[in-house]
Amino acid sequence: MHTTVMMAALTKALKPILGRHLGNTAKGQIIPPPAKYGGRHTVALIPGDGIGPELLNHVRELFRFSCVPVDFEVVHVNSSSTSEDDINNAIMAIRRNGVALKGNIETNHTMPPNHKSRNNLLRTSLDLFANMMHCQSLPGVQTRHKNIDIIIIRENTEGEYSSLEHESVPGVVESLKIITRNNSLRIADYAFKLAREKGRRRVTAVHKANIMKLADGLFLQCCKEVASGYPDIEFDSMIVDNTTMQLVSKPQQFDVMLMPNLYGNVVSNVCAGLVGGPGLVPGANYGRDYAVFETATRNTGKSIANRNIANPTAMLLASCLMLDHLKLHDYANMIRGAILTTMNETRLHTADIGGQGTTSEVVQSIMRIIQSGGPLTTEI
Amino acid sequence: MAGNAWRSTVSRVMGAIKSPQPRTFSRGIQTVTLIPGDGIGPEISTAVMKIFEAAKAPIQWEERNVTAIKGPGGRWMIPPEAKESMDKNKIGLKGPLKTPIAAGHPSMNLLLRKTFDLYANVRPCVSIEGYKTPYTDVDLVTIRENTEGEYSGIEHLIVDGVVQSIKLITEEASRRIAEYAFEYARNNQRTSVTAVHKANIMRMSDGLFLRKCREVAENYKDVKFTEMYLDTVCLNMVQDPSQFDVLVMPNLYGDILSDLCAGLIGGLGVTPSGNIGAHGVAIFESVHGTAPDIAGKDLANPTALLLSAVMMLRHMGLHGHAKKIETACFDTIREKKRSTSRTSELC
Repeated sequence: MHTTVMMAALTKALKPILGRHLGNTAKGQIIPPPAKYGGRHTVALIPGDGIGPELLNHVRELFRFSCVPVDFEVVHVNSSSTSEDDINNAIMAIRRNGVALKGNIETNHTMPPNHKSRNNLLRTSLDLFANMMHCQSLPGVQTRHKNIDIIIIRENTEGEYSSLEHESVPGVVESLKIITRNNSLRIADYAFKLAREKGRRRVTAVHKANIMKLADGLFLQCCKEVASGYPDIEFDSMIVDNTTMQLVSKPQQFDVMLMPNLYGNVVSNVCAGLVGGPGLVPGANYGRDYAVFETATRNTGKSIANRNIANPTAMLLASCLMLDHLKLHDYANMIRGAILTTMNETRLHTADIGGQGTTSEVVQSIMRIIQSGGPLTTEI
Repeated sequence: MAGNAWRSTVSRVMGAIKSPQPRTFSRGIQTVTLIPGDGIGPEISTAVMKIFEAAKAPIQWEERNVTAIKGPGGRWMIPPEAKESMDKNKIGLKGPLKTPIAAGHPSMNLLLRKTFDLYANVRPCVSIEGYKTPYTDVDLVTIRENTEGEYSGIEHLIVDGVVQSIKLITEEASRRIAEYAFEYARNNQRTSVTAVHKANIMRMSDGLFLRKCREVAENYKDVKFTEMYLDTVCLNMVQDPSQFDVLVMPNLYGDILSDLCAGLIGGLGVTPSGNIGAHGVAIFESVHGTAPDIAGKDLANPTALLLSAVMMLRHMGLHGHAKKIETACFDTIREKKRSTSRTSELC
C-alpha cells in the first residue's frame, strides 16, 4: 500500500517534466481530465439522423433547465455526402473536448464499399475500444423476464467490423475478421477492472471458438490470461448460440459479459429487447482518451422521427452517464432519479413500451420532478 | 416411475392416432434412410418408428449406421452403404451423433454436410401449446445457408498476435439459398421472406447476399420480401416474435438466430430441423446432444426427432399424416406435464 502511494506521488511530481507517458506506464491508463474552463465543461454534440436531433434537443433543454454546467458544441454530420470532411470535423471536435454525446448516423448500404459507416469511422479513429452497456430491468416497465442486471462489454474496434473486404474472383467476396492479442487483452482488462469496481462476481466470455478456432480461440485465451490476474472474480465462457438461447430462457444467470464485436452486437440487442426495448438503455464508448455516449442499440429510428413519440429515456440516461464521466455526480443522480420516478408512471410511457405518452410529456414530467426536488432551476 | 413414463407416453400418442382414419396412400410406400445415431439415438428412433407404424404412414425404414472411416486417398468419409442408401432414397432421418474429442476426424455432422452438399438448414419454430415459455406466439422459420459464410474455416496467423478469419460469400450459394427460401415460402403458404444481414458494416459480402436475395425475389412476386439488420431482428425477436415469418440468412447469423428462436419455444429438445442438399437430398434431424447419461433408461424425450420426422412428411407431401402425428404429439405434451422436465434435461 505504501509503495503505491509513493509511486503515485512520484508520478505526480514528475508528470509535468516527463509528460503523460510516464504516468501511463507507471499507473496504466490515465484519462486526462475533461476540458473545463470557468467551471463549465464543453461537450461535443453530434445530432445524427432520425430521432437523434429531437432527443438531443430535449437533452439540451433539460440541462439548461437544471442549470447543469455543460455547454454543447454542435457538429452536424451529413450522412448522405460522400466526402469524409463532416465526420473528420466531428472527430476533431471530440478530440478537442474529450467527451461527446451523439445520435446515430445513418449508413446507406447501397453506396459503394469505400463509403464507410460514419459511426464505425468515429469509433476506430478515436480508438474507443470498449462499448459498455448496462441492462437493468426497470421497475415500472412490463417485460417477460424480471430481475435482469447484466453489464455487456463489447470490443468496439476490430473483429468483424474491420471493413476489410475484397472480391478476389467475380462472384466470390471475402470479408476479413481480425482479432489481435493486444486489443483482446485490453478489452478483457477493461472488463475485469470494471467488474471489480462495480463489485460484480462473474465475467462470462462469449465466443465461437469451436468453429473459429484461431480467431475466437485467441480472444478466449487472452480473456483467460487476464482472468488469472483477478482471482476474486469468477470467469467462465459460453458459446454464442447457447448464450442467446440461455438469454431468452434464463437471463438472470448472467452478470458481466465480455465479447468481440459482432457477438456484442447480437447480445446487446437481445438484452435491450429483454429489458423493454431500444428506448430504455444507454450505452457508452470508452477509449483511452475519449468517451462518447449514445443509446445502446444505436438505432436511427427513422420511422418515428419528428412525431414526438420517441422514448427519450435512453438518450437522457446516456447524458447521465456522461455527467458521471465528467464527475458531476450530483447532477447525474438528480436527473437519473427523476427519470426513474417518471418511468413508474404508466400514464407517461411512450409507444415503444406500451403506453401512449409523448416525448415532450415525459421530459416535462422529469423537469417537474427536478424542480420539486429543490435545487436551482430555470423557468419550465 | 419415470421409466414407465415414456413407454406410456408413446402408447398414448399411438392411441391418439389409432382413431379411425381412411387409408390414403399418395405415392405408395416410400423408403427413408434412418440413422439412429448414438446415446439416446436408437431408443428415440425406435419410438418414432412405432409411432409412424401406428399412424399407418406409408414409410419404410432402412437403417444405416454412420461412422467416420478412412477412404482411399486418406480422406475421411461415411460408410459407402450409408451413402448409397441416401442417394437412392433421397430422404433421411437422423438422430444425434457423437463426435469424440481428439478422434482425428472432423465432426460427423460436418462430414454428412460435405458428402451430400447440404446447403440449407431449415428450422421451423412454432410455440408448443403444452410447453410453457415466456413466448407464446412464435411461428417462424429460419433458413440458414450452411456451406460458407463465416464458417468457411479459413483462418491465418498473420503475425504473432494478429489472427484473421475469412468470411466467404459467393454468388452461387447466396442465389441457391434465396431460391430455396422462396420455394419453401411458396410451398408452405408463408406470406413473407425477410433477409437478415449486416450490410451497413460488411458492405461487399452481405451486400452480395442481399443483391442475390433481391434478384430472386423478383421471380416470386407472390411472396413479400423485406430486409432487416441483424441487430434489429434480434431486438424485435425478443420483444415480439410474431412479426417474423420466414428468415433467410448467411451462416453465422443463421446459427445464432436459429438457436435464439429454438430458445424461444423451449430449447433444442423440442426443435425440429431439416437439412436440404443438392440433387433433392434432404436429411431431417434432431439437434440436441446424445445425452449418454440417460441412454437406455427409457427417459429420453423423442419430441425433437418426432417433430423432425413430421417435417420430413410435409417435405414429402404427406400432409395428412404429418398433421395427425403432430396433433397427437402436441396433445400428449399438453396432457403430460412431466414431459417438460425430461425435455429440459436434454437441452
